[in-house]
Amino acid sequence: MADMTSNGAAGAGLTTADGRPLKAALARAQSKSRQRAFLLVAPLLLFIVVTFIVPIGQMLHRSIFNDGFAANMPRITAWFEATEPGTPPDEAAWEALALDFKAAAEARTVGVVGTRVNYELPGTRSLFTSTGRASRNFEPPYREAFLEEDAKWEDPAVWGAMRVVSDSYSLNFFLAAVDRTRDAEGRIVKVAPDRAVYVDLFIKTFVMAALITVICLIMAYPVAHLLATLPLKWSNLLMILVLLPFWTSLLVRTTSWMVLLQQQGVVNNVLVALGVIGEDGRIAMMYNQTGTIIAMTHILLPFMILPLYSVMRPIPPSYVRAARSLGASSWTAFRRVYLPQTLPGIGAGSLLVFILAVGYYITPALVGGASGQLISNLIAFHMQDSLNWSMAAALAAILLVLVLLLYWLYDRLVGIDNLKLG
Amino acid sequence: MALPIYASRLERLWYYTRLVICGLIFLFLVSPILIVMPLSFNAEPYFTFTEKMLAFDPEGYSLRWYDLLLTQPSVPNDVPRDAAWWAQVWSQAVWVNAAKNSIIIGFFSTILATVLGTIAALGLSRPEMPYRKAIMAILISPMIVPIIITATGLFFFYSASGLAGSYLGVIMAHATLGIPFVIITVTATLSGFDQSLTRAAASLGAPPTTTFFKVTMPLILPGVISGALFAFVTSFDEVVVVLFVAAHDQQTIPRQMWNGIREQISPAILSVATILVIVSIALLTTVELLRRRSDRLRGVTNS
Repeated sequence: MADMTSNGAAGAGLTTADGRPLKAALARAQSKSRQRAFLLVAPLLLFIVVTFIVPIGQMLHRSIFNDGFAANMPRITAWFEATEPGTPPDEAAWEALALDFKAAAEARTVGVVGTRVNYELPGTRSLFTSTGRASRNFEPPYREAFLEEDAKWEDPAVWGAMRVVSDSYSLNFFLAAVDRTRDAEGRIVKVAPDRAVYVDLFIKTFVMAALITVICLIMAYPVAHLLATLPLKWSNLLMILVLLPFWTSLLVRTTSWMVLLQQQGVVNNVLVALGVIGEDGRIAMMYNQTGTIIAMTHILLPFMILPLYSVMRPIPPSYVRAARSLGASSWTAFRRVYLPQTLPGIGAGSLLVFILAVGYYITPALVGGASGQLISNLIAFHMQDSLNWSMAAALAAILLVLVLLLYWLYDRLVGIDNLKLG
Repeated sequence: MALPIYASRLERLWYYTRLVICGLIFLFLVSPILIVMPLSFNAEPYFTFTEKMLAFDPEGYSLRWYDLLLTQPSVPNDVPRDAAWWAQVWSQAVWVNAAKNSIIIGFFSTILATVLGTIAALGLSRPEMPYRKAIMAILISPMIVPIIITATGLFFFYSASGLAGSYLGVIMAHATLGIPFVIITVTATLSGFDQSLTRAAASLGAPPTTTFFKVTMPLILPGVISGALFAFVTSFDEVVVVLFVAAHDQQTIPRQMWNGIREQISPAILSVATILVIVSIALLTTVELLRRRSDRLRGVTNS
């Protein structure tokens, strides 16, 4: 410390050739070179922000924002805003609702409105569509007109649901994504067991990802060890067998697993020909969890082998030999000497495989059948089939947070700089 | 690892068992890829080896599934194959158009990803780069974030900004997905780069651009090319984003395969798969040769 302060004091007195203090000149030069380095990265950073960060931000916004009701029913939304929660509908409310219904029927958006309310109170979509059809002929007094169309309009639950969805911002999609809902008093409760799917699917996704990670680790460890201990000439040759799947199209690999695992496929045929199973005992290995696990293990195995290999390669074989010469059995030498040295590789490979497996979509969608679906497939279902985009966004947001946590852990334990390909 | 001379009988047994296990795992790794090749020459529309194929009877093999890739819905099959027919194949055949789209999208997204990624990697590998770790984490994240989340986000973003269904939209999305690979490979190459070379060039009076093109670029070129190949393969293999943001007539090879697998799987898929496997073998060979060249250039010797 003393040295540094005395150096600093001496440095203050030094000047550059044109008379500026050396310290200031150095600081300027350094900040300039920092700026230059940042300018090189800036275009890419801007590009990623526009094509990646902003879209994901928009998706997150979508998970708490849905204006399907408010945008199409402005008058009744204004009435809800002006009144206290729990206010029974007066004639002004019925009139606003009727006028909104007429406008929505004209613009053909009653379906959107009904769908939005239906998310909050299942079973109300048909109420809205049928009322929408009838609303063209509604005359004052509107309350009677509505009740004549359907007595359900007097149900406070319908009005409560409409009040909830009239606010475009809502956390209810997140509640639904963890199988929770609000009861009549606004308390958060579990949904009925037959409608609770999401938490189970999240758990199943994590269990399957963990299982695939463990299988990958068990298969990758001996292979990586072999590659790391063979002479380089041979290990480079065998490495091609690892890298070839890595480079082959994902769809090609999935297709070939479908060909192999079908009921009439190659594996079953071989087993029948060998007499292991009978002609009618063909195993169903496809369109279920088994298919997903086999195909995903194959696809993710290189991501486990490569980090393990890069850690094992520099370990000198003399350590294990030294342990043996000191009297350790080969199992003890492996467990106490070799295994601890490969822990960074195990950590890096396992985290990488787990992160990739949790978000997998293509393979489960093609070979998973009904039971092999993961959370990504449900997100795709809500995006493409049920068109409940806010629900898809809420599920995606939860998955994103979990993956980013793992990514942060990976960065802390392994460091992103150490990510290597091939 | 050779078996030591002092190994006990149990250890010997375990040693050979382990070799067999490793052999089986290697078989597990490559057999799915190799199995599609012979099956794509099947004369029958089955996904398994027919008896004729197992007997190596030439009648059991045919090129009909490759031929199917060239057929077009509007032309009957018995038309003579002259120049006009081939011209029509080029402009109308479904798979040929898919290949053209894939290559166009792959080419431009690779250029975009490689240029931006290489420039950024140059900045990132400078020691004075501020917030290096945080920025690196952001730039790598498209590789980590599940593809379905990226596709969902892009769907909302593109439908709001009018990029949905355009080539530009797909190219930008694919470039984003390829950028992490470029960053990783180029920064790895630059980590062994001797910075005194650029200082020497500067001391001899070369402006920064000359230094870059005459000194830095030739040395990091192998890394840049491998990064570009990774980016190209990423784009060439990508289906989810295409499904979410591309227009219906923007068919690419993976999308066509996806449709084929989901609707009715025919051996024509296997012939496409075989072609793709051959392409990936070629790419793998190129990358491997480049890696060795790069190691030689940087003076890294393998022990």
